[in-house]
Amino acid sequence: MNHVFRLQVGPVSFRIGSQWRQPVAQLRRLYAGYPEPDGICDFTVRLEAERAWRRWIRPSVAIRGDYVLPDAAPLPLAQGLLAAEMGMNLQMALGQKKFLLLHAASVERDGRALLLTGHSGAGKSTLGALLGERGWRFMGDEFALLGLEDGRLHPFPRAVSLKNESLALFDGVDPARLGPVLTGTPKGRIRHLRPNREAVARMGEPARPVMILFPRFGRDLEPIVRDVGAAEAFMRLTQASTNYVALAEQGFDALTRFVGTFPSKAIDYADTAQAEALVDDLWRSA
Amino acid sequence: MRDSRWLARLLADPGSAAQVTDWTSLIAIARAESLAGSLAWRLKGMELPEGVEALLEAARRDSEAVRVQALWEAEMARRALKPLGIPVILLKGTAYAAAGLEAGRGRSIGDLDILVPRSALPDVERALLAAGWEWVKEDGYDDQYYRRWMHELPPLIHRERDRMIDVHHAILPLTARPKPDMAAMIAARVPLADGLFTLAPADMIVHSAAHLFADGDLAGGLRNLWDIDRLLREFGERDPEFWPALRDRSDRHGLLPAVGRAIRLAHHLYGTPVNWGQLPISPGRALSGKARRAEIGNCHQLLAADALFRRRLLALDGWGQATRPFTRLGFYVRSHWLRMPPMMLARHLWVKARKKR
Repeated sequence: MNHVFRLQVGPVSFRIGSQWRQPVAQLRRLYAGYPEPDGICDFTVRLEAERAWRRWIRPSVAIRGDYVLPDAAPLPLAQGLLAAEMGMNLQMALGQKKFLLLHAASVERDGRALLLTGHSGAGKSTLGALLGERGWRFMGDEFALLGLEDGRLHPFPRAVSLKNESLALFDGVDPARLGPVLTGTPKGRIRHLRPNREAVARMGEPARPVMILFPRFGRDLEPIVRDVGAAEAFMRLTQASTNYVALAEQGFDALTRFVGTFPSKAIDYADTAQAEALVDDLWRSA
Repeated sequence: MRDSRWLARLLADPGSAAQVTDWTSLIAIARAESLAGSLAWRLKGMELPEGVEALLEAARRDSEAVRVQALWEAEMARRALKPLGIPVILLKGTAYAAAGLEAGRGRSIGDLDILVPRSALPDVERALLAAGWEWVKEDGYDDQYYRRWMHELPPLIHRERDRMIDVHHAILPLTARPKPDMAAMIAARVPLADGLFTLAPADMIVHSAAHLFADGDLAGGLRNLWDIDRLLREFGERDPEFWPALRDRSDRHGLLPAVGRAIRLAHHLYGTPVNWGQLPISPGRALSGKARRAEIGNCHQLLAADALFRRRLLALDGWGQATRPFTRLGFYVRSHWLRMPPMMLARHLWVKARKKR
């Protein structure tokens, strides 16, 4: 591989190789200040031409690595950074067996963590990133890592991928933390945001989870809070996990302990100010 | 790292772990070759850097879950097929795991492969469909192709468990030149505790070697050769009659050349002890010219053509990336050549090409 970048995010390390300079240069800039892994890397990601000539002519980036999806569509070179991010997600989703992986955002305050999970588009990622700018420690927006033995949430503060309208919500942040605007991606307009200094500095500190939130965003939703029973939370989290089935009994044990220990709530909100107020209320009563 | 040779060396000699400097590359290769679980078990208890040990420990735990799932899938098939009263023989990874063989330790297991008598195929098909398996492809030509020429049914997948089953009635396509004696293979089966069967030890090797060298393009070959190494060691130690039996069975199934090549390459890459050449050829049996040639060097030395196979088996770089495209292409072409006579191949490729458009 001509261009190589090694990255440590929380307890997980990646080696990313690319046939082109650009994706690695963009990664270096986006992840400035992150530590470099000091030993073996958990996962290898390869960005390579889908066919030999596509390295030069209408360059097309195939996402490969230790674990691959046979039918994953390649991306144009202009979206090489997104390809790298998707490559890392793919390794986690298919290959991570040290933690139960939940498709969720997580934030922490006073050593206690809040998990935000829900379908794509429910707003968990945006909400997590916003809370991370307002006094909470941002632990991750794509995957939450639940320790199989210790039952704690381990930070995985990768770059946040802001999509479409949510780009505008972060206009005020230091421009050095923002990646290039990627247009015409499979998920529309995307821009990556580096988590703030605190999130990066404390990426090695796990936290005890105390609450699960299922946020739902909709412009005409009334702000409400509803209790979610342990059984429902369990079922929803099995669907939100990419490796629950692969972990078999270990996954079942970790998840039943998780949902059985503390409350789960569903919240509906129409704008982020409402969401923040709801979260603050819940947090004070927790 | 030039190719997968490092992985082969480390599997053969875990003591060489101390000399590994680039573990990330080694693990990338092991994952690409589906040998990460096997390697993790092989290196258990060795003095290793902390991060490496953690990664291998996760691989060992994962392989345990894989094993349980594979055995459960076998149990599901056993229940579905029990009323038919036919022998159901487990093949490959599931068989090694079910029989508690060393080859099964840490092995990756994907599909469930079973072997049943050809005459029972229609009943087996009906029973599996009734128990929740479905066809993966709905394509008239492919279906016809499988049924007329192949050694297995078109693949089936279980609609709830999402696991595939390959139902074999032979170990090579019917169009391949060697004609293994399937009746003898099924007759020599070995029972497991739960009513399922495995192949007899010698036939297990014959099947694995046939799969590797008389069929297919050697994708995943290093893993299959590792199976062969483990099986040869375990059977050879367990039973003094094993090696003569292997010679005999290979000859009987017309697969001496494939088995000879497997033994030579296993010995070369994994240091497998070989007891093949010191044994008299079974009396009264005339060996073909090819079979004779397979004996040259008593399987301790590579033949000229073996070097090409070795080149293909090791064609990966330290990123787990395929290398040697021309060698790969050559073996891909060879795999089709082995599978069917030239005119049939031409027709098959023609139909496939027209469908792609």
